[in-house]
Amino acid sequence: MNPFSYARPSSVEEAIDQFRPDSRYIAGGTNLLDLMKENVTRPSQLIDITQLPLADIAETPEGGLRIGALVSNADLAWHPLVEARYPLLSQAILAGASPQLRNMATTGGNLLQRTRCYYFYDATTPCNKREPGTGCPARDGLNRIHAILGHSEACIAVHPSDMCVALAALEAVVHVQGPRGERRIPMADFHRLPGQTPEADNTLIDGELITAVELPAQDFSAHSSYLKVRDRASYAFALVSVAAALDMDGAGIRSARIAMGGVAHKPWRKAEAEAALVGKPADEAAFTAAADILLEGASGFEHNAFKIELGRRAIVRALTDAAKGAAR
Amino acid sequence: MSETSTATGGISACSITLQLNGQSREVEVYPWTTLLDLLREQLHLTGTKKGCDHGQCGACTVLLNGKRINSCLTLAVMHDGAKLTTIEGLAQGEELHPMQAAFVEHDAFQCGYCTPGQICSAVGMIAEGRAETRDDLREQMSGNVCRCGAYPNIVAAIEDATAATRERLAGAKEVTP
Repeated sequence: MNPFSYARPSSVEEAIDQFRPDSRYIAGGTNLLDLMKENVTRPSQLIDITQLPLADIAETPEGGLRIGALVSNADLAWHPLVEARYPLLSQAILAGASPQLRNMATTGGNLLQRTRCYYFYDATTPCNKREPGTGCPARDGLNRIHAILGHSEACIAVHPSDMCVALAALEAVVHVQGPRGERRIPMADFHRLPGQTPEADNTLIDGELITAVELPAQDFSAHSSYLKVRDRASYAFALVSVAAALDMDGAGIRSARIAMGGVAHKPWRKAEAEAALVGKPADEAAFTAAADILLEGASGFEHNAFKIELGRRAIVRALTDAAKGAAR
Repeated sequence: MSETSTATGGISACSITLQLNGQSREVEVYPWTTLLDLLREQLHLTGTKKGCDHGQCGACTVLLNGKRINSCLTLAVMHDGAKLTTIEGLAQGEELHPMQAAFVEHDAFQCGYCTPGQICSAVGMIAEGRAETRDDLREQMSGNVCRCGAYPNIVAAIEDATAATRERLAGAKEVTP
């Protein structure tokens, strides 16, 4: 790791005030320190935000939940209100990382974790995300774990989070505070597609700090499922994952949410795929039709084209499981 | 300090205090010193192992304020005042912790490099109280890799020591609320 200075502010305002362009906020640090050890990220200052009052989970007046940015992944997954009302989120979080990492990693940090693309992580290779303009060796290289949707000439990396896939399906809202004040960013607008600027994973501006994630009140708790397909049964990133949530009216579908992980630079959703399920019976024909819409335009590379058919089957399986009830 | 200052870009060390294995220890650390490097390089507590140094193998697992974490992926400077238990702190004098004794009893290792992390992780898992079945146990121990493949005996050792570890944890809570 490169030498850096260290600050430990005691308020959000103080933290934002101390931020310089090459500073990084640190909380759990489980991804940031790893990136620093690999010289992918070389901040001149770390601002330790763990003393800030952002570690609570509280009910909102609208019937949702407000999750402080510093709540650990473990505490969030096992929180009684999350288990009862948002089992999809608990299931997704527990599908990711290891217990040790989940004890340290935070809600805000999980949103900001970076791709595990081999080339991004290897500072001796070119990478448009790490060093804009140097090229993307993944396109013609080892691309088994890479994107099949929303990729660009410049970047085919995927976002690695499981938690974020559930948050996307649940239409969470990210609360941030920065030099220009406070704002709320819907999950759909928080992460971005790579386009010509893959160096930006998300839409935050310099110095903005995630303070909370808000889950809206909803009625998916009885029918949801997070399906993660990976190379081994535990402690591996998703090749493909699906967060599926249904609001059922008897055997029919009142409303649906489907988000995919491991396939794009952000959790992948499409309103048309969800709309196609409304009013339909919860059966394989309806689920397959929705999967086809969600995967429209998918294209693979030498080693990852299998993800298209895998994704289609995973969507059908996750929706089938969701229709049966909620995994807890 | 002049030589050191050059090597560290003029950034000086900070003083922190840890409650380490029941003893108060004041140490000077640079901001970039990981908790693992502090333990091994400065405090010479080499029971905690450096395997991958990237949070992938679990060999560096310690108990921070009672919770299992990867000590390679956290900065020492961020834990001023924390209570830390390493493999060296589990035994009571000459009497092994029940989890240590069970690992010996079940031959739950070959080379032993992952063992301190496995044991600390197992104690942390039992404190969490979420592993009800053998499948739960295997899933919740997946952050600890054993290249020798001693998993069946590791699982047997943990199952065997679960009740005694729970008792030990309950006793510890009564002493320090």
